Amino acid sequence: MGDILNIVIKRLGLGLLTLLVISVIIFGAVELLPGDIAEAVLGQGATKENVAAMREQLGLDRSAPVRYFEWLGGAVTGDFGNSLVSQKPVSEAIGERFSNTLFLAVYAAFIAVPIAIFLGILVALYRNTVFDRVANILTLTSISAPEFFLAYVLILFFSVKWGMFPAIAKIDADMTLLDKLERTFLPALTMVLVVVAHMMRMTRASIINLLASPYVEMARLKGVPAWKVIVKHTLPNAWAPIINVVALNLAYLITGVVLVEVVFVYPGIGQMLVDSVTKRDFPVVQACCLIFAATFILLNLAADIGAILTNPRLRHPK
Amino acid sequence: MTKEKKHEVLLDIQNLHIEGYSDEHWVEIVHGVDLKLHRGEVMGLIGESGAGKSTIGLAAMGFTRDGTRISEGSVDFDGMELTTTPKADLRSLRGARIAYVAQSAAASFNPAHRLIDQHTEAPVQYRIKKRLESQEDAMELYNRLRLPHPHEIGFRYPHQVSGGQLQRAMTAMAMSCRPDLIIFDEPTTALDVTTQIEVLSAIRDIVDEFNTAAIYITHDLAVVAQMADVIKVLLKGNEVEQADTRTMLENPKEEYTKSLWAVRDFKSAQKKRPANTLPLYSVENIDAAYGTVKVLEDVSFDIFAGMTVAVVGESGSGKSTTARCITGLLPPTSGHILFKGEEMPPRFQDRTKDQLRQAQMIYQMADTALNPKVKIKEIIGRPAQFYGGLRGAELKTRVDELLDLIELDPANYYNRYPTELSGGQKQRIGIARALAAEPTFIICDEITSALDQLVAEGILRLLDKLQDELDLAYMFITHDLATVRSIADEVVVMQNGKVIEQGPKDVMFTPPHHEYTDLLLSSVPEMDPDWLTTLLEERGVDDN
Amino acid sequence: MNYFIIGFYALLIGGSSLAAFYQKRTAFLLLFSVTLVSFVMGIVGGESALWAVTILAGIIAFSAGVSYSFREFLAIILPKESAKIMRTAPLTAAFGLFIIFTYAITGIFAPIIAPYGESEIISQAFEPANDEMLLGADQLGRDMFSRIVYGARNTVGLALIATFLAFFIGAIGGLLAASKGGKFDQVMSRIVDVVMSIPSLIFALLLLSIFGTNVVTLIIVMAIIYAPRVFRLARSVAGNIVVMDYIEAARLRGEGTWYIIRKEVLPNATAPLIAEFGLEFCFVFLLVAGLSFLGLGIQPPTADWGSMVRENATLISFGEITPLIPAGAIALLTVAVNFVVDWMLYRSSGLKE
Repeated sequence: MGDILNIVIKRLGLGLLTLLVISVIIFGAVELLPGDIAEAVLGQGATKENVAAMREQLGLDRSAPVRYFEWLGGAVTGDFGNSLVSQKPVSEAIGERFSNTLFLAVYAAFIAVPIAIFLGILVALYRNTVFDRVANILTLTSISAPEFFLAYVLILFFSVKWGMFPAIAKIDADMTLLDKLERTFLPALTMVLVVVAHMMRMTRASIINLLASPYVEMARLKGVPAWKVIVKHTLPNAWAPIINVVALNLAYLITGVVLVEVVFVYPGIGQMLVDSVTKRDFPVVQACCLIFAATFILLNLAADIGAILTNPRLRHPK
Repeated sequence: MTKEKKHEVLLDIQNLHIEGYSDEHWVEIVHGVDLKLHRGEVMGLIGESGAGKSTIGLAAMGFTRDGTRISEGSVDFDGMELTTTPKADLRSLRGARIAYVAQSAAASFNPAHRLIDQHTEAPVQYRIKKRLESQEDAMELYNRLRLPHPHEIGFRYPHQVSGGQLQRAMTAMAMSCRPDLIIFDEPTTALDVTTQIEVLSAIRDIVDEFNTAAIYITHDLAVVAQMADVIKVLLKGNEVEQADTRTMLENPKEEYTKSLWAVRDFKSAQKKRPANTLPLYSVENIDAAYGTVKVLEDVSFDIFAGMTVAVVGESGSGKSTTARCITGLLPPTSGHILFKGEEMPPRFQDRTKDQLRQAQMIYQMADTALNPKVKIKEIIGRPAQFYGGLRGAELKTRVDELLDLIELDPANYYNRYPTELSGGQKQRIGIARALAAEPTFIICDEITSALDQLVAEGILRLLDKLQDELDLAYMFITHDLATVRSIADEVVVMQNGKVIEQGPKDVMFTPPHHEYTDLLLSSVPEMDPDWLTTLLEERGVDDN
Repeated sequence: MNYFIIGFYALLIGGSSLAAFYQKRTAFLLLFSVTLVSFVMGIVGGESALWAVTILAGIIAFSAGVSYSFREFLAIILPKESAKIMRTAPLTAAFGLFIIFTYAITGIFAPIIAPYGESEIISQAFEPANDEMLLGADQLGRDMFSRIVYGARNTVGLALIATFLAFFIGAIGGLLAASKGGKFDQVMSRIVDVVMSIPSLIFALLLLSIFGTNVVTLIIVMAIIYAPRVFRLARSVAGNIVVMDYIEAARLRGEGTWYIIRKEVLPNATAPLIAEFGLEFCFVFLLVAGLSFLGLGIQPPTADWGSMVRENATLISFGEITPLIPAGAIALLTVAVNFVVDWMLYRSSGLKE
């Protein structure tokens, strides 16, 4: 087991390093602004005094590395500084919104993952039949459509025409879970449609890939029934790719949520990011980007470690 | 060993036609083959690549790979017609009454399960044995197949066991339900000769013991001679002839069979080292390593102009690595490569154009050695252009000349792509590319091992002719001693990165040998049906 | 029960029975599953649901017809080699090619096709469709149809340029990294790993918030975000090629890196690279559309599909499908490209064996 522990620790270290580099990029990008933040935000019409006051407030007189470490230190402890627009602490605004975004992503994932893996295995089992072809066309279409297209189609039918679900997903902390689930059904469904298609295709591909291997032919020649070939001989070796697929799509759920949140006016972190970008509220933009990137890296990390842990060659070293 | 010959027919294939799907339509690949196998009988199916051996073997189980289908004929197994049997019934036959042993055991065991769990899968599924009973039985079989630690080895995962052992474990797995028939599909092709012997004798003993009928598929005549009672020769999906093993070996009827038998007769005259000349290339005390793993230790030998040195050894012996050191792809960690007595830079990047030109390579797999998207004229023309600076009409004349030299019609091949050629033709183009540089020395890395025997012989004859005409030196890397016998002047035997023994061919092939050379030489199967039995008796003590 | 419903089921069941009788397994399965689905839909949604099924079937049949004719057309006018490939193409691929062809024509000849200018105000806001305006007016009273036509030029054009740039940088980097190996490869790969571990939409938002949103920055930002993906693919494709013996032979001959890339690697990498170009285009195109939808992409008054969806979004709550038209235009093109790419990938994977 020592080997596995080593690999996992190495992988964790690499993930941490990547995150650190990304934090430098996110911080550094703002430094690339023509002039500095104060000039950029206040615009050309600003008086010298105003600009100077803002510089003072943001501590721009100190060197960039010093400010970076301050910012990083703050970020680690959950303090992202103050918003330029509202002057309130960024973390305050982000907290609830982030949990809303997570709620939506988890909601969608709960529906999408089991369906996708089940259907993926099914199309792999019935590959090259009509069923498979139709599924191929449908999933391709679903992947190709922009999220807002799917979202508006769903709104048009489920909300406007049939009045089954609300078109605007406003939720707050006081609502019951059931209420929340109903309100957020359409945004969740939109994401489910996209993610299921992706996951199905990837699951199918990784299983078919394995079905061509000699040990599957061997199993078939031993008279093992078709479903058992999949469950016993293919799945144990397909975990690594499938975990990868799931993680990749969960990561997508977290980040791809931005467009969906905007369409459904959902109070999540994605919508906040878009707002701040328009208003050039840099502390908020930086905080949101860091959170998204961290989630993304974390999920990829989890996938890699999952793949390592399910690899029989690593689990049972020579 | 008394073997009761029964005359009950177990498998009766009649007029079998099989089609394969390619380029959007079905093409027939097996054209009406008959096969009759009695209980307890072992039939060798032999033929070159594309003969349809494996396809027929699988069809005997009523199985066709994806993209192939049985289009006509009948497969009668013990009174059951397999071509019309419903899928579910067919499935319950497999593993229970007909079993299969694949070529690559390493790929055919599921990496996620222990050997013994894969072994017990079929018997438990068919309720022939309980799990524990079946495990006991597996250990018993492992013991009979002379696997080390028969009581523990089954609890390992496939990647924890060596190739030769896996192949035996797979044979044990095939035996798990005591089937009436086992299909062996080239079970020893991927193994080294010394390992092959162990597997062959284990397979033969257990098949004898349980009186199991078997179809043994291989391209190696000498191997099939040890295993089979009857031999059927196939060519491009047709039967050539069938006969009792001894009759077939002593007295083949058809021209094609005779030509297969005759292959190993080619022998070039052995040349002696010229006196008082410097060797063309000298390898002096080289060590080499991949990363921290040492792969070569103190390797030295000389190559003289116009002579052939064969470097022999099993996989992992370091013979190809030695070639990489000579060409400069892998700079040795110590030692020197000399060209006509002068030291060459260890890295090929540091060598002059002329130094690079002197030594050329021909590769084992002609498929990967020729760029599929480049025309023949450019493949052969580029070295002539690069080193000789030839252009236009001059270049064309040179390419034509080279094509003539390798006995391919220039008008026909000049404008074609490698993918349109057969294996042997591709290998000839590889030779022409090497010749185009006008070298003094050519390294041939297992160049005949991927080719059918007849074609391989043609290549050897061609190389021999070219050596006389152009005074070329060859370094022949091979594991095949028959090739060494036919073309070498001097032999270098390698094992685990060291030179074990070297000398002129006639000396090397006459006893006394070094212990390992002896093992290697004696392990090469011979065309005598009693060879394996005699050998095992001779070795006696080794064979527990 | 009216005649439509009776006819509907009679046709489906009759068709299924015929297919079953003539042992057309595929056709039978298809028809009968449609029948079963219609039963469920009919019970839940009533007659209108059956009409929807009929219309959908009609649209699919029509598209299939168009695709079939287009494939035959291409097979006839193309030279022999490509015609042979074309004949074996699935209908979906032919459909994709047809759509791409249509979009290309629309984009190139936009000023001729469009009846009005892209920012020309000609009527009241949200004027419904009439003889003058095929699709009605948008929120400022501009002709929707004309703007859709111009969008084909603006949105697709921008995505194409960005893809070309990303491809140029990524492919050259990847091929070089694979052929050269060593330090260069390692450094490049690490950089790419880092850039790719930032989600693309988020990275785009970050960069755009800093550099502002104009067409040039948009193209550069897209190229920065997608070049690493192309790099990875090009590197792995080339990585499988540079281990071939013919590359070793060329190296041992003393050939330079550039010769090896151009003459030995590239001819073998074209097929997967072209397929990747299609995929990249889809990603870039969807991202551009998404950004425009968020108001951070192509800026008004330039006609652009993403922003048109946003500008007309309010109409959806009145049950109007106007905002779906530009969104559908985006989806249709991406579907088309994906269909073609799918076919190409299938071909290149099938030919390997």
